[in-house]
Amino acid sequence: MLSTIKGRLLVIGGLILVCAWALFPKTGPDGKSISPINLGLDLQGGMHLAVEIDDPNHTMDAQQRADAIDRTLTTIRNRINQFGVREPTIQKAGNDRIIVELAGIENPERAKEVIEKTAFLEFKIVRSGDELRRALPRMDRAVVDSLGPQNLGTPGLPGESASAQQPGLKQLLQGGADTGQAGADTSGGAAAAGKGAGPDTVGGDRAGAASTDTAGLSTRPLSALLLESGTPGEFLVAQQDVPTVQKYLALPGVQSAIPRSTDLEWGASPVGEGGNSYLPLWVLDHTPILTGDQLADAGPATRDPTYNQPVVPFTTTRRGAREFERGTSRHVGDLMAIVLDGKVQSAPVIKETLSHRAQIEMGSGSTLQEAQDLALVLRAGALPVKIKIVEETTVGPSLGADSIRKGELAFGIGILAVIFIMVGYYRVAGAMAVCALCVYILLVLGGLAGLKATLTLPGIAGLILSVGMAVDANVLIFERIREELARGKSARTSVEAGFQEAMSAIVDSNLTTLITAVILFQFGTGPVQGFAVTLSIGIVASFFTAVFVTRTFFMIYLERHKTGEPVSI
Amino acid sequence: MRLFKDARYDFLGIRRRAYIFSAALILMGAFFLFVHHGLHYGVDFTGGTLMQVQFDSATSVGEVRGAIAGLGGGEAQIQQFGTSNDYVIRLPNFAATQTQDVGQELRQALASTFGDHYKVVRTSAVGPKVGTELQRKALEAILIAFGLTLIYLAFRFEWRFGVAAVIATGHDIIITFGFISAFNVDITLATVAAVLTIVGYSLNDTIIVFDRMRENFKGKRKEEYVQTLNRSINETLPRTVLTSGTTLATLFALFVFGGEVIRPFALVLILGIGIGTFSSIFVASPVLLEIENWYRRREARA
Repeated sequence: MLSTIKGRLLVIGGLILVCAWALFPKTGPDGKSISPINLGLDLQGGMHLAVEIDDPNHTMDAQQRADAIDRTLTTIRNRINQFGVREPTIQKAGNDRIIVELAGIENPERAKEVIEKTAFLEFKIVRSGDELRRALPRMDRAVVDSLGPQNLGTPGLPGESASAQQPGLKQLLQGGADTGQAGADTSGGAAAAGKGAGPDTVGGDRAGAASTDTAGLSTRPLSALLLESGTPGEFLVAQQDVPTVQKYLALPGVQSAIPRSTDLEWGASPVGEGGNSYLPLWVLDHTPILTGDQLADAGPATRDPTYNQPVVPFTTTRRGAREFERGTSRHVGDLMAIVLDGKVQSAPVIKETLSHRAQIEMGSGSTLQEAQDLALVLRAGALPVKIKIVEETTVGPSLGADSIRKGELAFGIGILAVIFIMVGYYRVAGAMAVCALCVYILLVLGGLAGLKATLTLPGIAGLILSVGMAVDANVLIFERIREELARGKSARTSVEAGFQEAMSAIVDSNLTTLITAVILFQFGTGPVQGFAVTLSIGIVASFFTAVFVTRTFFMIYLERHKTGEPVSI
Repeated sequence: MRLFKDARYDFLGIRRRAYIFSAALILMGAFFLFVHHGLHYGVDFTGGTLMQVQFDSATSVGEVRGAIAGLGGGEAQIQQFGTSNDYVIRLPNFAATQTQDVGQELRQALASTFGDHYKVVRTSAVGPKVGTELQRKALEAILIAFGLTLIYLAFRFEWRFGVAAVIATGHDIIITFGFISAFNVDITLATVAAVLTIVGYSLNDTIIVFDRMRENFKGKRKEEYVQTLNRSINETLPRTVLTSGTTLATLFALFVFGGEVIRPFALVLILGIGIGTFSSIFVASPVLLEIENWYRRREARA
C-alpha cells in the first residue's frame, strides 16, 4: 500500500483526518466548549502550589509521613472540590510533596488560605486567670534564670513600652476589678516584685512601667509585659512586645511553671486601645470540651445582626453532642474560647447548655468571606498535620491571554519566514516542503491534543523552534538530490538516491535531539516539560513528514515530469 | 537559486584564525562570568519570590522601590519589564514570618502605596529546598543528556569523531554561558532548557558534517586527509547555512514578537545556535584534523 501514490495519499489523508478530529472543538458536559489542546497554567492563568508537611524537627517516621501525606491529599481534594474549581490537579509528587494546580483561578490568595489552613478547631473553657497570676513570679524567675538579668532590659525597650506611653490604657486597666489600687503604687516594679505573689503583681508592674522604671523588666520580665484586659482570663500584650513574650513563654523553665492543665493561647487578631494595638493572651483549660472532628456539618456563614460579626453555624455528631452537653452544662455563665489552629477566634459567654447545634463567632474583625471559607474547611475536615507551601506560581489570566496572542503572532511570522526561504531557494521542491510543513504542524497540534499533552509558553517556543528544525530533513534531502542531479543522473534516480543517502544523517540528528528532549521531560517541571513534549512530538512528526510526505509529493511530481526536463529544485 | 555551488573554501586553512576567534569569545565570556557580574540565578534555583506587577499608569523604579522599602532585607531587585507600567520585583527570600510569605508582604506594601491602581500578573515563589533540588536536577539533566549523546556517538562513529564533537559542544556551552552572563539573562528552568536545546542542535550540526566525512573517507578518491575534511564541510555548507537560516528566522520571530517572558529564552537560543553552527565547521572539524596530525607525528617518531 505504501508503494503506490494512492496508498500513500490515503495514509496521509487518514492522519490529517485523525488530527483534525482531535483538534475539533468539543463541548464538555457542562455545555462549555473545551479547548482541544490543554493549555498550561502559564497560558490560561492559574496557580501552581507545591506543599509539604511542616515537620522541621523530624518528629514523624516514614510510615507516619506517608500516612499523613495521603490524608492531607484527601482533605485538600475535598476542600478544592468544595471551593469550586474546574478540573483541578491534586497529586502526590514523590513521597512527601503534593502538587496542586488550579487553572483559571480568580483569587489565588483565597485559594491558598483554604488549602493551607490546618482548620484544627477546639472549644476550650476560659480560666479565671488567678492561677496564672499566682504562677507569674515563678515564671518571671524562670526567665531571669535562663536568660540572665543583663539580657532582659533590651527586647521590649521599657521606656518606649506601650504600657508606659498609654495613660488611656492605664485607666482602662485600673478599672479592672483586681487592679484598682495598683496604679497608685508608684514605688516601682522591683518593690512590687518583692512583695511576691498576689493579684496585684500585674498591676504593680504596670505602674512601674508607667513611671518608666526599667527595674521591672529585669526582675519581672514576663509579668511586666502582661496587662489586664478587664476580662477574666484575658491578658493583653502590646504588639511590639509580642515576639518577646513568645520567646519567654517558649523557654523550658517557663513552660514548666505554667499552672497544670492550663494552656496559654494567643488571640487571632489584635484589639485597639487608645491608638495602640494589643494582642490578647488567653488562659484556657488544657482539655477541650469539643474538637472539630466531632463536627457533622458547618455553614452557611451568616452575619450576626446584633454584634455585626460573621458567624458559622454548625451541627455536631451524636457523640459530639454528648461531649458538648457535658462540657457546657457545667460552665454556663463562663467564657468558652473558640480556638482555630491554636488561635482564639472569640470567647463568647456560654448562656445555656449547648449540644447538637451551635455557632462559631468569628470576632468583629472578620469578613463574611472568611466565615464562608472557614465553613468550607470545617466541612472538608482538618488537615492531619501542619503543612507549608514550598513553591508557588501564579499567572494572571490577562498575562496568559497575552502570551497566547504573542506566541501565535511569532508562530505565524516564523512560518512565513520559513516558507519564504524554502520556496525562494528550492522553488517547486520548496513548495512541497512547505506543504509537508503544514501537514507537520497539523500532526504536532493533533498529537498534542490526542496525547492530552499540555501546551505551555516554552512549549510554544519549542513548537516554533521545531518548525525551523523540521525543514532540516528536507534541506538534507534536497541538497542530496541536487548533488545527484549535478552528477548527471536522471531525475528519478537522483530523487531516489537523495532520500536514501540523506537518511543516515537524518536519523542521527533526530535521535540525538530526541535524547535531549526525553531528558528534559524527565527532569523538568510544568513549563519545561511542555517544551520537551512539543519538541519530542515535533521531532517524530518532522521525521514522518520529511521522509514520507515529501517523498509522496515527489512521486506525484515525477509522475507528471517529462524525462529530460529540469527538476525544479 | 543555489548558494555555495561547488564551494571550495579552505575552512581548515584558516583554522588558526578561528581558534583566535573562539579564544576571544571564551575570554570575553570568562571576563563576564568571573570578573564582571557572573551568573545570575533566578528564583527557580536560589529560592525566593518574584512578582510581576502592572500599574495603571507609568511608574518609576524609584516609586516602586519606595513602596517596598525594607522588604526582604532591602535586597529587592526591581526591573522594568517592557513598558514603564510593568515591573518585575525579585526578593531573595521565600517565607517572611511564620504566618506570612513574602508575596503577601509585597502585596500589602504595594497596596498601601498604590491602592488598587496596580495588579499582580504573575508570581513565582520557590522555597530554598525546592531551589536546591532543581539546581541538582538541572545539572544532572545537562550531564545525562551529554553522556547519552556521547554513548550514541560512540556507537555510530569512531572515537575521534566523538572526542571532536564533545570538544565542539563544550566550546558552545562555555561560550553560551558567557553570553548569558554578558546579557544578564537569569538562569531559570527555561534557560537550562535553552542550553540543552543548543547542546542538541550543535551536536546535530556536527553530526551532519561528520556523517559526510565518514562517507567521503570511504570513497576511493585520492586526497589528503585535510582535503576530505574541507570537501565534506563545503558539500554540507548549503545545508548548514539553510537550516541555521530557517531556525534563526523562527527564533528572531520569537525574539521580536514573542513577548517579554520568552525573550531571554529566544536570545539565548539565537546566540547559542549561531555559535553551534560556527563550531561544527570551525571547531569540530579542526579538532578532528589536530587529532589526526598528532597521530601521524607519533607514528613518524615511532
